[in-house]
Amino acid sequence: MASYFITGGRVIDPASKTDAKLSVLIEDGKVSQLTQSRKAPEGAVVIDASGCIVSPGFIDMHVHLRDPGQEYKEDIESGTRAAAAGGFTTICCMPNTEPAIDCASVAQYVIDRAREKGACNVLPIGAITRGLAGEAMSDIGDLAGAGACAISDDGKPVMNAGVMRRAMEYAKAFGLPIIAHSEDRNLAGVGVMNEGLVSTELGLNGIPAVAEEAMIARDIMLAELTGSHLHVAHASTMGSVELISHAKRRGISVTAEATPHHLTLTDEAVSDFDPNTKVNPPLRTEADRTALIKALADGTIDAIATDHAPHNIVDKEMGFENAAFGISGLETMLPLMLALVNEKKITLKRMIEALTSAPAKILNLKGKGTLKAGSDADVTIFDPASSWTVQADRFISRGHNTPFDGLRVTGKIKWTIVGGRIAYSS
Amino acid sequence: MRLSTRHILSINDLTKKDVLTILQTASSFKEISERPIKKVPTLRGRTVINCFFEDSTRTRLSFELAEKRLSADSSNIGKSGSAMAGKGETLLDTVRNIEAMRPDILVIRHSVAGAPAQAAEATNAHVINAGDGMHEHPTQALLDLMTINEAKGRIKGLKVGIVGDILHSRVARSDMLLFRKMGMELFVGGPPTLIPFGVEEAFGVTVCHDIGEVLPKLDVLMLLRVQRERQGEQFFPSGREYARYFGITDEKLKGAREDLIIMHPGPVNRGIELSAAVADGPRSVILDQVTCGVAVRMAVLYLLLGDTHGGE
Repeated sequence: MASYFITGGRVIDPASKTDAKLSVLIEDGKVSQLTQSRKAPEGAVVIDASGCIVSPGFIDMHVHLRDPGQEYKEDIESGTRAAAAGGFTTICCMPNTEPAIDCASVAQYVIDRAREKGACNVLPIGAITRGLAGEAMSDIGDLAGAGACAISDDGKPVMNAGVMRRAMEYAKAFGLPIIAHSEDRNLAGVGVMNEGLVSTELGLNGIPAVAEEAMIARDIMLAELTGSHLHVAHASTMGSVELISHAKRRGISVTAEATPHHLTLTDEAVSDFDPNTKVNPPLRTEADRTALIKALADGTIDAIATDHAPHNIVDKEMGFENAAFGISGLETMLPLMLALVNEKKITLKRMIEALTSAPAKILNLKGKGTLKAGSDADVTIFDPASSWTVQADRFISRGHNTPFDGLRVTGKIKWTIVGGRIAYSS
Repeated sequence: MRLSTRHILSINDLTKKDVLTILQTASSFKEISERPIKKVPTLRGRTVINCFFEDSTRTRLSFELAEKRLSADSSNIGKSGSAMAGKGETLLDTVRNIEAMRPDILVIRHSVAGAPAQAAEATNAHVINAGDGMHEHPTQALLDLMTINEAKGRIKGLKVGIVGDILHSRVARSDMLLFRKMGMELFVGGPPTLIPFGVEEAFGVTVCHDIGEVLPKLDVLMLLRVQRERQGEQFFPSGREYARYFGITDEKLKGAREDLIIMHPGPVNRGIELSAAVADGPRSVILDQVTCGVAVRMAVLYLLLGDTHGGE
């Protein structure tokens, strides 16, 4: 395996409180040294990172890879290549596949396939309930044994609070966090977008903020009861932020993530019925977006996760109401989040933390999310000043469903190094 | 004469001047329907496709008659016969196929909000929204306005009440946009479950759950069809309760102005939102709305294609 000497860049590693012009030496798939020296050791391949930020590899704890079962939307190979192009070295894939990742053999399939074809690390997330049906518990112990990093029925809530309680209790034995898709299906009803002025104008059925908040409130109370670790997926409302903040202050084991699209767009984007703005939870109001950004800045929202949900064009061409929910997000995350940095809404350090050490901590990943000597050689190198235009038809992901098509953005991934190998270079 | 817009997808596409032009043109076309030979050559050689992906009787017939009376060549695509319903073809594929046959106007009714707007991007033809989901039904609003204008002789400053299922009504949305644009004052009522979030701010109307409070000052009262249940969700306990608390009867109209007119976009649930006596009574202009419908549709077809007739 080649050794790499990444030099000339600004190394930001929030986990080790590092922010300095340093060189990073990678050997045998590990970070072996951070040094002031700009002179490459003999035999090491030099990566000139001048003008770039050198960060621990980004971790996306919320990705839909669609494999097995819906490979026409995405598969493990295309999804991991898209992830590497987006700067991600580790992604966690949701279990709403066909069949669902609700037993060890499907988890094993994902792990084996990723090892064989994957461009980055893939950690499967197991289902909470069998077939994501919300009724019987899946093989949670076996899933943990096979390498699942968490459990979730993402895409669907566990509507039965009794089932959720038992699953949370049971998962504690295996140290797995529960990732909640917080949506009261009865309150969400037949909604297709945020319930607000825009839904009223457009005549589209609304999903009220309370559909999310009521479930977060329930699950926080269950986390308190069971002592389990609750991670709130894709928080999208001001009320959710308040609930999470309140729970954290009370010492309940709760963490949360927000997506680049909820941090960037509002329901106004739906106004021309673009099916690529249809996502669940829906794009909310400016007040919600502002609250989310503030929560990301102050740590109430721990992590940034894309909720990458690739769809084929046919899933989006049937009109807004019939279109599938979801945004293909892996390849646009960096510039969208850097825009928040450039607007001085969050710091660069906080952005990197929310993409590296924060998810590593939530998922208890050893040797990831940092560039400390001895950790895995997962490194993301990006140029924060380079501009480009988002072109959906140039995505590596099979899902071209993005509301950001044609947008001029700043911030470009230059190299993505996974386990000491170059997985992507621009 | 031409309109400022290529398509009529929403009332928002029309300027005030466009609206006045449509009303004026419609009233001159209205006379054609009163002739023994109800046909003029105005749109000879022009092709209009009526794409009714959702069931419709009144609107579809109204458009068809409007097209025929202007001598356009018109064809129909229905729900059951279309690839949309049966063969899983996407809306855009259907429109691309129709486009390949070079139509001049597509009239689109679809159960999905925004479908005509999406279709408009895939065709060079003009698109008229004939009702999309709960979004809009602009020609209905235009015919409502024409009916009001004919009954009242004026538009600006009139006070209009709309009662019923505002939440699910594309007619209400187009009416609210159009009536506000033309300087009318609007009051909406009905059970709170059927009043959409933030409707006051979104449309500049006043919500009153008891329409009786504002009834004495209204010039126009429009009732909307209600359904107790939609997609498994219940919005009021029973038709009996609706009729009792929100339905309009002669009894409830006692305090109304002498010249209050009653409107309904149809089909009427007699005995629920409107008693039969009121629907058929002297205040009712419900059938005048239908008559104006043909004239308004003739007007928009004509104005979208401009006064340079094909082949002449």
